[in-house]
Amino acid sequence: MNVLNTRASSAPLSADAGVSGGPARTRQGRASSAPLSFRRSGFGVAQVILFLSIAILVVVVAVPVLLIFFNAFWVDGKFNVRDVLRIIGEPDTWQALVNSLVIAAGTTIGSTIVGTFFAWLVTRTDLPCKRLMKGLFLVPFMLPSFIGALAWKMLLSPRAGFINRFFMLHFGLAGPIFNIYSYAGIMLVEVMYLFPFVFIQVCGALERMDPTLEESARISGAGLFTITRKITIPLVLPSILSGALLIMLYSMAHFGTVAVLGIENGIFNIPTLIYQRIHQSAGSFASIRTGTVLATVLVVTATFIIWLQGKILSRGHYQIIGGKSFRPMELKLRALRMPLFIFCVAWIGFTIVLPTTVIFLVGGLRTYGLSFTWENLSLDNYKFILFNYKVTRDAIWNSVTLGLSAALITMFAGVMISYVIVKMKVRGKGFLEFLGMLPFSVPGSVIALGVILAWSGKYGVNLYNTVWIILVAYIARYMAFSLRANSAALEQVHDSLVEAARVCGASMWQALRDIVLPLVRPGMLAAFFLIFLPALRELTASIMLYAPTTRTIGVAIYTLNEDGETVMSAALAGIALIIIVTGQLLVDRFVGNKAKGQG
Amino acid sequence: MTEMSHVRLVNVTKRFGAVTAVDSLNLDIEKGECFSMLGPSGCGKTTTLRMVAGFEDLSEGEIHVGGRLISSREKNWYLPPEKRDFGMVFQAFAVWPHMTVYENVAFPLRVRRLPASEVERRVRDALSSTNLLSAANDSPSDLSGGGKQRVALARALAINPDVMLLDEPLSSLDPHLREEMRFEIRDLQRRYGFSIIYVTHDQAEAMALSDRILVMKLGVAQQIDTPLAVYNSPVNRFVFSFIGLSNFLNVVRGEGGGVFLRDEEGNRGDALPPDLTPPASLRNSGDKPFSLASRPSEIDFCDGETGLRGIVSRKSFLGEIVDYQVKVGGQEMRIQKARRAPGPDAGKACGLRLLRPFWYE
Repeated sequence: MNVLNTRASSAPLSADAGVSGGPARTRQGRASSAPLSFRRSGFGVAQVILFLSIAILVVVVAVPVLLIFFNAFWVDGKFNVRDVLRIIGEPDTWQALVNSLVIAAGTTIGSTIVGTFFAWLVTRTDLPCKRLMKGLFLVPFMLPSFIGALAWKMLLSPRAGFINRFFMLHFGLAGPIFNIYSYAGIMLVEVMYLFPFVFIQVCGALERMDPTLEESARISGAGLFTITRKITIPLVLPSILSGALLIMLYSMAHFGTVAVLGIENGIFNIPTLIYQRIHQSAGSFASIRTGTVLATVLVVTATFIIWLQGKILSRGHYQIIGGKSFRPMELKLRALRMPLFIFCVAWIGFTIVLPTTVIFLVGGLRTYGLSFTWENLSLDNYKFILFNYKVTRDAIWNSVTLGLSAALITMFAGVMISYVIVKMKVRGKGFLEFLGMLPFSVPGSVIALGVILAWSGKYGVNLYNTVWIILVAYIARYMAFSLRANSAALEQVHDSLVEAARVCGASMWQALRDIVLPLVRPGMLAAFFLIFLPALRELTASIMLYAPTTRTIGVAIYTLNEDGETVMSAALAGIALIIIVTGQLLVDRFVGNKAKGQG
Repeated sequence: MTEMSHVRLVNVTKRFGAVTAVDSLNLDIEKGECFSMLGPSGCGKTTTLRMVAGFEDLSEGEIHVGGRLISSREKNWYLPPEKRDFGMVFQAFAVWPHMTVYENVAFPLRVRRLPASEVERRVRDALSSTNLLSAANDSPSDLSGGGKQRVALARALAINPDVMLLDEPLSSLDPHLREEMRFEIRDLQRRYGFSIIYVTHDQAEAMALSDRILVMKLGVAQQIDTPLAVYNSPVNRFVFSFIGLSNFLNVVRGEGGGVFLRDEEGNRGDALPPDLTPPASLRNSGDKPFSLASRPSEIDFCDGETGLRGIVSRKSFLGEIVDYQVKVGGQEMRIQKARRAPGPDAGKACGLRLLRPFWYE
């Protein structure tokens, strides 16, 4: 579309019915093939939207991240790499880096094996109750891993853990059978709650895979073992790796589990060390510097992981989705069928049922340490924290309002930014695309540190110790979710749909309102809940930003536990679980029906 | 059971829950024969093929190949697909995207642990038969649909199978390529001498390729015959309508033994001309309506007094042929004549003479 063309077709489409001749009209038709371009007026709506989009991402994400880099590398007005290396070389920081890597590596390997194995079991074998099992393996998605860690602390802490005490009491063991305050303990708990990332990816790939790819191997003479090794696994390898990298990314930057289980034995990873430094030293220059250096390492690692994931997905993503398909063949497990089934049930019992039961039971105790008898258990704690205890009431209120506002704002901002990136053709879009990638590689603790640097009064605005700073952090943290959901929805809306509306006489805005918006609504809805539900239980960013009156649910659970209020902490965790699970079930029903209505 | 019988299906039945997908099918396919199973989707042809391949177990009956029992419900015997030594080509190609063309074709040989030199020789042979030698080291994703289907064929050929199972192998290709591949498959069969069991819903494809055709409907075999016989003497209305273009006129028997047209409301219309007499079996079937079937190309225009009377409602020029739509009583008929042959214009009355009438219940 060029200037000449634009001028030739400057008459509005609806008004020229009998006026302009054939040629003018064909030109106009062509002009609209660059959809919704606003080049007519020099500085139009497109530029405004683009500018707004860029401004949001710059203020919310880019500035905090840049401030982190700036603070890390800029000392006394000079660019200084030596000093950064010196900080990395300090024993504490170095150890935290190594710990983050070791824990992430162990968690990733463990989760990948577990997730792939379970995915294979529920899609390719005759395991009993496969559908139910598949649903149950996804439940850990709903459970915040720091609540899981809390439960496992109650079960397996070396002296007070119920399981350890039970064995010491009844079998006369001198020490605990397992100490959860260890690398192994941390990795175990993370595997329990992170393996669904691999599980769901591999399940999806195995289910979508064209069964004839395996059948043709079979008719070629290969047995099931050979097929699994030579055909099935290689074809789903991209999905396995992509899930594994997701876990790696998550675990590297994961705060909760390490904070609950590691600090006791002095095990810090990057996010917990950042937290500890900032928290203890009340914002001293040295601690901020250490924090920014660690955060820089996290951002660089995260960016590398995301780059690697993109490469694997684009290079190795085979077209393996088939045409007409019979159900894929099932491996008969024969003698192993029941043992494997029992193993799965036991896994679910251990990772889901046992921890949640312990949370609810401990939440009902009068005092931590009493045994679970009827006279020791009551609903008093639950009533207390819901109705009388200001700390927890505030926390629930804060989390719900923060979650709602963050979800709403981020949803609308996300749909606008995605629209510019996916659909509009304006100059300067490339910069926005680059900015749009940023939120994906900035972990929660980095965001928190960044907003502290940006919003504590140094640059005019002081939001420190208010809920607003948490809101800004949430928006930055969850922008990636919104961008992903909304661009996916927008990609589905083909340009010709809008063009058809324009040809029918609809204006730009009418086309947007009547065609694009209804089609994108499911994506927006998905974005809303993708943000609202995790925000309800957010811990990593909130923990660095809270003030006495701005605790969130996650922060309250964590701090109550730190202060030795184990019983209250458990009760609040129990209530959080109820809220989260109810919310998730409602969403599944609501959005699920919605999606069906669309189809 | 004949001496030549190569693939034998005896009383083969397959049920999925309450649905009978294949109902007591008996087949004898000879060595080197190209045998097609033809029918609309859901007729059981693919299920039958998958039972021969071993991907589905039987509910009843047995299957023998080359005198060897490979599946039997009664004897509780089942040879898994990987032990059957068949070649098979699937509709969606099913070429493995993570292997090169060469590796795809070598796969069945390698799982059989043939020596490397033998693998090399056979892969080269299969690739040259399918004109793929130059693409040996390409990734299948770089090939067109036709190229992928050649890889699938080469892979199936590599073990030099006695039986080749083809499950709608050409339906993912564009029409031009489809025609070309038909001949290639036939050539390969001549060279390698395998028997083909071919599943398709495309009657032209089945006609062009096959020695014999099985027409199926709802799991039941309707007719097994040569293409010519299936076309010239369809055993029932379904087979007649499935092969080629067809006209059906609803007719009903009158009291005096005459036969009359019958419109949608069930009213009796004109009497049929005397040269159109149904076979005795239908003449005596009471007042149940039945059909008079004809092919559009086997109808002549004639004087209105001697033939079926109708009015031309549409005449369209299709290039080599002219297509007429004629209203006969309340019913529509289609007639196709060569371009040069004279015919009435739209709106004109005409008479029709059916050259080869068929009568069906």
